[in-house]
Amino acid sequence: MSGKHINLTLKVWRQKGAKDQGSFVEYQAKNVSEHASFLEMLDAVNEEIVAKGEEPIAFDHDCREGICGTCGFVIDGEAHGKLKATTVCQLHMRNYNDGETLTIEPFRANSFPVIKDLMVDRSAFDRIISSGGYISQNTGNPQDANAILIPKADADEAMSSATCIGCGACVAACKNASAALFTSAKISHMALLPQGAVEKNERALRMVAAMDSEGFGACTTTGACEAACPKEIQLTNISRMNRQFLGAVLTQRPKHKDGGAG
Amino acid sequence: MFGFLGTTVGKKYLMGITGLIWAGFVLAHMAGNMLIFVSHDAYNAYGHALTSGKIIYVAELVLVLALITHVFMAISLTKNNREAKGQKYAVAAKGAKRVSLASRTMAIQGSLILVFVILHLITFKYGQHYETNVNGVPMRDLAKLMEEVFQQPGYVVWYVVALILLGFHLKHGVGSTFQSLGLMEGTYRNVWAKLSVGYGIIVALGFISQPLYLFLTL
Repeated sequence: MSGKHINLTLKVWRQKGAKDQGSFVEYQAKNVSEHASFLEMLDAVNEEIVAKGEEPIAFDHDCREGICGTCGFVIDGEAHGKLKATTVCQLHMRNYNDGETLTIEPFRANSFPVIKDLMVDRSAFDRIISSGGYISQNTGNPQDANAILIPKADADEAMSSATCIGCGACVAACKNASAALFTSAKISHMALLPQGAVEKNERALRMVAAMDSEGFGACTTTGACEAACPKEIQLTNISRMNRQFLGAVLTQRPKHKDGGAG
Repeated sequence: MFGFLGTTVGKKYLMGITGLIWAGFVLAHMAGNMLIFVSHDAYNAYGHALTSGKIIYVAELVLVLALITHVFMAISLTKNNREAKGQKYAVAAKGAKRVSLASRTMAIQGSLILVFVILHLITFKYGQHYETNVNGVPMRDLAKLMEEVFQQPGYVVWYVVALILLGFHLKHGVGSTFQSLGLMEGTYRNVWAKLSVGYGIIVALGFISQPLYLFLTL
């Protein structure tokens, strides 16, 4: 492929496993095409490492189209690298200059333990989702479009919140390792729509409790999560989550042991 | 309800509400102190009116309780947050993903402001007691004490630095409180954000003008 080629020095975090101390190891990325994605550049570096008979750098990746939320690590202190609204798989090498030194680290948060090198265990997010990030009501057969009227502003806001791909960049960027942006986006995208609004109080209570029990920190509104989010999820969601959580606490009713009449 | 206050969200509510009590107090304190620009008698009469009634004890109790809660919550949250983060990054974020210094250093600002508040009380509330007479009423001459304190350049510099810090703390704190309380939604988000910046600037500049005026005119 034609185009400019650059040479980079990479300081990559190498860690054999969760219990290993880990340290930075320096690699040279030579003759990198400006059209290559960051992950493709790492693939090329890995080929050289493997050719030497060494262990390649482990990193998460799947769709490489910026929509699955699987990839993610920190480049020079920035989750998913320097570009806003971009996953690391969609970050291209044209954004870097010849001769640059890049420091590459895994997401740092105690709730995201390192599995190996740049891979972290983000299953804490799965547990937050399974605590209440769903609609348990049976909504029956599909209805006609527009049978339930939803204000455009609410639909837009719900859709915007639903674009969260759960990559964990918000936690990684936050100095407190807070999962408030992720949790609030998941709470918001359902609570804003009539089907999900039925259980919004119970959902807020359960998901905030799950978020806390996973050991994430508290939000101090630095806005680092919003800046790092590849899907531009807004801080507004956190504000909404806080209000819903307080409302849920204040209006909580004791549950009946027996179910309702069928 | 106690369960609520044990959650990260609940702690932020408590932090925000107690912070807002102090934010309201500092604005009122700053506005009242502006009487120093009118006359020493007006300033002393205002101080006397405030301290001679019973309501001052209630106000002081609320402020002390709010401060203790705010500081206790700040220590607790900062400790938990640092534990949650664990290892820091080798390189700090820059460019489009860098966040404001005011938002990242709230704990440091808060600690310095607490030191300032304690020294401020020692200097003025529990400092030298001069007497004066305004319209036949004997009262404490706080204006004279202010003049005495702010003749010293070191004091003026320390006060200006502390009040700039207070301005930054309010700039982020007031906006963050509206966020924590669940009010930062839609079009209100920009309104609250601008209000918090304005609040920090007004309080800081209002307070700074007083020692500077006394230092430069004496």
